[in-house]
Amino acid sequence: MASHVEDPDRRDFLTLAAGAFVAVGGAATLWPFIDQMNPDSGAQALASIEVDIAPVKEGQAITVLWRGKPVFIRHRTAQEVESANAVDPAKLPDDSARNEALPNTAPASDANRTKEGHEKWIVMVGICTHLGCIPKGQGLGDKRGDFGGWFCPCHGSHYDTAGRIRKGPAPRNLEVPVYEFVSDTKIKIG
Amino acid sequence: MAAHASTYEPKTRFGKWMDDRLPVGRVMHSQFVDFPTPRNLNYLWTFGGILTFFLMAQIVTGIVLAMHYQPNAEMAFDSVERIRRDVNYGWLMRSLHAVGASMFFLAAYIHIFRGLYYGSYKAPREILWIIGVLIFVVMMATAFMGYSLPWGQMSFWAVTVITNLFSSLNSIVEGLGTGIVEWLWGGYSVTGVTLNRFYSLHYLLPFVIAALVGLHIWALHVVGQNSPTGLDVKTRADSVPMHPYATSKDAFAMFVFLILFAWFVFYLPDYLGHADNYTPADPLVTPPHIVPEWYFLPYYAILRAIPSKLFGVIAMFASIGVLLFVPWLDTSSVRSAKYRPLYKWFFWLFVFTCLALGYLGSKPAEGTYVMWARVFTVYYFAHFLIVLPLLGLIETPKKLPASISEAVLTKDKPAVHAAAAKKA
Repeated sequence: MASHVEDPDRRDFLTLAAGAFVAVGGAATLWPFIDQMNPDSGAQALASIEVDIAPVKEGQAITVLWRGKPVFIRHRTAQEVESANAVDPAKLPDDSARNEALPNTAPASDANRTKEGHEKWIVMVGICTHLGCIPKGQGLGDKRGDFGGWFCPCHGSHYDTAGRIRKGPAPRNLEVPVYEFVSDTKIKIG
Repeated sequence: MAAHASTYEPKTRFGKWMDDRLPVGRVMHSQFVDFPTPRNLNYLWTFGGILTFFLMAQIVTGIVLAMHYQPNAEMAFDSVERIRRDVNYGWLMRSLHAVGASMFFLAAYIHIFRGLYYGSYKAPREILWIIGVLIFVVMMATAFMGYSLPWGQMSFWAVTVITNLFSSLNSIVEGLGTGIVEWLWGGYSVTGVTLNRFYSLHYLLPFVIAALVGLHIWALHVVGQNSPTGLDVKTRADSVPMHPYATSKDAFAMFVFLILFAWFVFYLPDYLGHADNYTPADPLVTPPHIVPEWYFLPYYAILRAIPSKLFGVIAMFASIGVLLFVPWLDTSSVRSAKYRPLYKWFFWLFVFTCLALGYLGSKPAEGTYVMWARVFTVYYFAHFLIVLPLLGLIETPKKLPASISEAVLTKDKPAVHAAAAKKA
């Protein structure tokens, strides 16, 4: 570009470069102000808890606190297990197992939501997948909804005995966290 | 109407000195003393002033409460009780602030319905109306965060339910909703971390409202006030100076409204709240029946009326968002419902719909309540999306008077004529 006239492309380049620099700098400055609100490392540290389930008799349930969330542990009766197995998982409103130990494509069968050899026990995060209320059904006198599992009183979601959504506005089955049976009477969540 | 000639005459030497440097007095005089106000304004036009008063009152009582409140999950509940029981006049400050929020919304709703009835959103007042809708949105955010601060059961579960609304975005982009919710919470559930940031924002947002109110009044004084006839001020005869005419009317209405306010503050300070909020927040137990404060009930009913989580949330936000488009959805060239024989009926049907949704929002989400909530949700949207556009095309408006002064001065003429005809 051997010309005595100032090259207009040069000016455009400088404007664009300066603009890009300001945009990147602005975003880099903004990010700390946004990210400060995210859960910090302390909150992220995955605490795991051990729960003794020996005292929980058949038909009873307990709720424990894990990562600030309630976890439902229910010792189901044979009838409850049977009714959970009686449905075709493909016909459920949410056909995914929602088990953190399994891929999202795993079907929502009762077997996929429990541990092999411990089918009487169901362990789930007790937070309604609609808007985060705690469903009723843990206490003996609680309303358990149309499917005998759990019932969220806030907006009327009915869960079955495997914690799967059957009726109401909740979009998903109750989430099964990562847990394992340390022994027959002790589980470790997280 | 902002362009009227200033009649301001500084009377003191300091006033003249100041007027040459920063003419605050001149601006105040031309905007709030000499400002031409339609001569036919009724009492529904006094709510702008009432709202300004409540914004200031909320800020003043809020600053006082902030001197005694602890934004900490362990101490928040007790500190509010301490304010009510121990702090000198704390019971009064707390009542003024909590009841004040309700009165603020009551006045805002009357103000909004006034605008809808008299067509105050129509050209050239679109920006004025839109700023008003923005004020309303920020007001709701402020009220919601303020309600979390006592950290009772209702506070805690209202925060849980409302922040969880964003998790519905998971059905569009997996993980997006959860990411936003955890970002809002600062953790994996609602905790003291959440309370702390809500406290910070609850202190900030009223000043954002104050700035928006400034723009709202500015826009109002550029285009001038609408009036019950829906006509603009055209000649001097159509208007009166704001002071003392409008100011004294505003003051009288405000005192009447303050009597209602005081009645609640002194006799029923907890009537508009929920008993459950006097139980400290417990993350393991959801109260059997969660209800928002009365001023959010219609939106809550819309949220619950729709069986899909994502669409329920979208409908709830859309029920407020649709207000932004009202200036263009209403196709009628006539502003005031006074001259719109059909719109008048639909307006009252809409008011009834809002009240019905409010009632249904306070009821459990089951059976016929859900059915009726669906019926009224459909009308709520139909009113804006179908009735307003169509009505302007099919309705024959009544004949408009030539000017505000004509409408006011010939008001009783037909009656006079009728009486004269009877005599003869």
